[in-house]
Amino acid sequence: MKSVCLYFQVHQPFRHRRYRFFDIGADHYYYDDYTNDAVLSKMATKCYLPANQLLLKLAKKLGSKLRVSFSFSGIVLDQLELYAPEVIHSFQKLAKTGCVEFVSETYSHSLASLANPEIFREQVNHNEERIFAIFGQKPRVFRNTEMIYSDQIGARVAEMGYDAILTEGARQVLGWKSPGFLYVNTINPRLKVLMRNFKLSDDISFRFSNQNWPEYPLSAEKFISWIEQMPWQEEMVNLFMSYETFGERQPKESGIFLFFEKLIENVALHPAMKLATPSEIIAEIQPVSAVSVPNPVSWADEERDLTAWQGNEMQVEAFRKLYQLADIVKLNTDPALLRDWDYLQASDHFFYMSTKHASDGEVHRHYNPFSSPYEAFINYMNVLSDFAFRLNKQNDNQLLNDEVMTLKKRLEEKELKIRELEADILSFKHSLKTKMKS
Amino acid sequence: MNMKKTRVLMFGWEFPPHITGGLGTACRGLTSGLFKLEQTEVIFVIPKVFGDENPGTVVLLGANKVRVNKKEFEFFENQDKMEVMEIDSPLVPYLNAEEFWTLKSKKYTRQTRFIQTNEGYEVDFQGGYSGDLYDEIKKYAVVAEVIAGDQHFDVIHAHDWLTFPAAIAAKKVSGKPLVVHVHATEFDRTGENVNTRIYSIEREGMENADHVIAVSGLTKRTIIEKYGIPASRVSVVYNAVEPVEGPTPVKTGKILKDKIITFLGRITFQKGPEYFIEAAALVLRKMRNVRFVMAGSGDLLNTMVLRVAELGIADRFHFTGFLTSDDVHQLLKMTDVFVMPSVSEPFGIVPLEAMQFNVPVIISHQSGVSEIIEHAIKIDFWDTLAMADAIYGLLNYNALARHFSSEGKHEVDCLEWTHAARQVAGIYRMLLNLNS
Repeated sequence: MKSVCLYFQVHQPFRHRRYRFFDIGADHYYYDDYTNDAVLSKMATKCYLPANQLLLKLAKKLGSKLRVSFSFSGIVLDQLELYAPEVIHSFQKLAKTGCVEFVSETYSHSLASLANPEIFREQVNHNEERIFAIFGQKPRVFRNTEMIYSDQIGARVAEMGYDAILTEGARQVLGWKSPGFLYVNTINPRLKVLMRNFKLSDDISFRFSNQNWPEYPLSAEKFISWIEQMPWQEEMVNLFMSYETFGERQPKESGIFLFFEKLIENVALHPAMKLATPSEIIAEIQPVSAVSVPNPVSWADEERDLTAWQGNEMQVEAFRKLYQLADIVKLNTDPALLRDWDYLQASDHFFYMSTKHASDGEVHRHYNPFSSPYEAFINYMNVLSDFAFRLNKQNDNQLLNDEVMTLKKRLEEKELKIRELEADILSFKHSLKTKMKS
Repeated sequence: MNMKKTRVLMFGWEFPPHITGGLGTACRGLTSGLFKLEQTEVIFVIPKVFGDENPGTVVLLGANKVRVNKKEFEFFENQDKMEVMEIDSPLVPYLNAEEFWTLKSKKYTRQTRFIQTNEGYEVDFQGGYSGDLYDEIKKYAVVAEVIAGDQHFDVIHAHDWLTFPAAIAAKKVSGKPLVVHVHATEFDRTGENVNTRIYSIEREGMENADHVIAVSGLTKRTIIEKYGIPASRVSVVYNAVEPVEGPTPVKTGKILKDKIITFLGRITFQKGPEYFIEAAALVLRKMRNVRFVMAGSGDLLNTMVLRVAELGIADRFHFTGFLTSDDVHQLLKMTDVFVMPSVSEPFGIVPLEAMQFNVPVIISHQSGVSEIIEHAIKIDFWDTLAMADAIYGLLNYNALARHFSSEGKHEVDCLEWTHAARQVAGIYRMLLNLNS
């Protein structure tokens, strides 16, 4: 019996407005409300709502045979609440069917795992709380931003109490090994590692409507026959993709929804296959070996590494300057500041600064609100400068407050002492008077 | 001297507010200076009139508003009076390719040239510096010939290479003396890798000129050494700066406590932006409460952004892109030190603007403006250590900054365009006396 694991990621960043040098210190609002609203509404009507509708329909039809898993960045949940609350409602309805496992990730879709273990942990906790509050599930499985994974990161995730992590079945990691087996982390073998089958996943999410692709058009039957032809020893097929594949990356007109429906139905009813969530897979399947990932991998670009966010000097500089602020942020409690801090960490900002020009550059440009990576960098640094300006001001204010408080205290003490002394003088005078009288 | 005013047919390429560099600003300054002298009358021709220019004291004539086929045509000017002129042009205007071929198949003399027009028989110009510049220049020359055939004038005056072919054409038609005004040469724009086509246009212009005006001694040397023009035919006339409108600016609009050091200009080889960045990195090692601003755009912008990231100073170094003149004023109001590290700057009008705003300035010896300005710190463009020193000194020793701020302001207020205009008018007179 082969388990087919369907996992979808839902994320949208808060895009910054054009933030000019003159705005630094003068205007503290960073977001392009119009674009954010427009993108979220578009995603809701083209993808989230119809895809959820389809899953609800299948849940009715297949019952508990339907198994899917989702993860949300906290940022997209914040935006959905602002711009398309009906989408959250629709996901909640889906959660009630019992067919869904919620996977955790970082709150900001951030790269904190590469920068600061403490912030990483906070980000994960924050997201966990958010998921629990909305869907009533405590996630047991983790998926890092952009599937970024290394032995180190895995060990940290295990420390946080997670049973398993999802990551990319990158060639440089697996080599001749197959993503069809379950692996464990080398440092802490209690953490199971599920590897994404990038060939089959990308067939759906990137190639489905590409007419130059030799396999075009792709039907559910053809896709399932590929799974059938896989060696019988392989116990699982991990199809991990962005939820936006349905309706956005692959438009509705390409027939993606019909394909999706047929695929789920046929797998669920197949004699030798079933759908499974990550938690079910780790409960049923024995791991075959540890997988060693000394350098971080991701699911981005041809290289499956960090070059999409850390590939040039601008990205490295912006990233460094951002996390240099971590220590001052810790001293802060202002909710508005902390919210901006979260949103500033979104990996998307660094993605916009990429100067890659290969075929993947296309992807970078498609999702990029800036006309050039340089513009993206300039804008981000301006926003960051203002943020640092506010942080320092807040900090100064706090220090000032502290100083005022200590001075006040000292004043009160002095006051008290004066009163005591006055009383002493009074009693002294009194005794003097009585002495004089006598 | 008789009371008859000298009529000048002047060719420019841009006019405020549609400007990309200092050329348009200088042209307006010079023409307003000439107007105040009341000895000359200027007809200022540019390829394209956008309609929102404020010509002030000059008659602005757009080559795109000149009808090239009518026996009779009206010409655009701002002062509500229309002049009507007769022309007899060997030009055959056409609207599109098809019409061109039908016309071409008829018999014409060899001298006949064809020019594409719009339906009003006017030639369309793009204006600015994009598109097929050589084609624009050629069309401009053709229309200049039409204009020169109709207008009455005594002298032709052309600003920079883009207008030289037009001026030469006007000279051929009219036989009037030609003055070419060199604001920048190809050597300033590109270093030693000159575009030979532009060089030859420049050289042809200067050789055809009866007199050449250079904006600085530096430029005069280039003209003599690189273009082979005899020194006797070249004069230096320094630019000035138009007074800022309104009362003396006070330092306002400053929200950040940090000191601000500004670079303002096109981000190209000529302006030496990389030296500013290196100096910024040096200063930032010593003090943190400063911010550097690089305003403007240009072909080196992306390289500069990368260099700033590489040096790890991007949180203290900001890029603004191209700024409108209002934004420029706002920026100058916020500025504590202005730096112009030009590698090769024929003149350089921006430091003068900064001085008007009471800003202490640091300029390179390699700029023409350093020949006339006393109260500025002068360094070599490549000497980033000296530049950093000067910036640090102006930021930390208040007496120094106060000195340059007040003395500089005083000095720049004494520079007037009427002075430059007087020299130019003198050159016109000399040429006319020679001719008569």
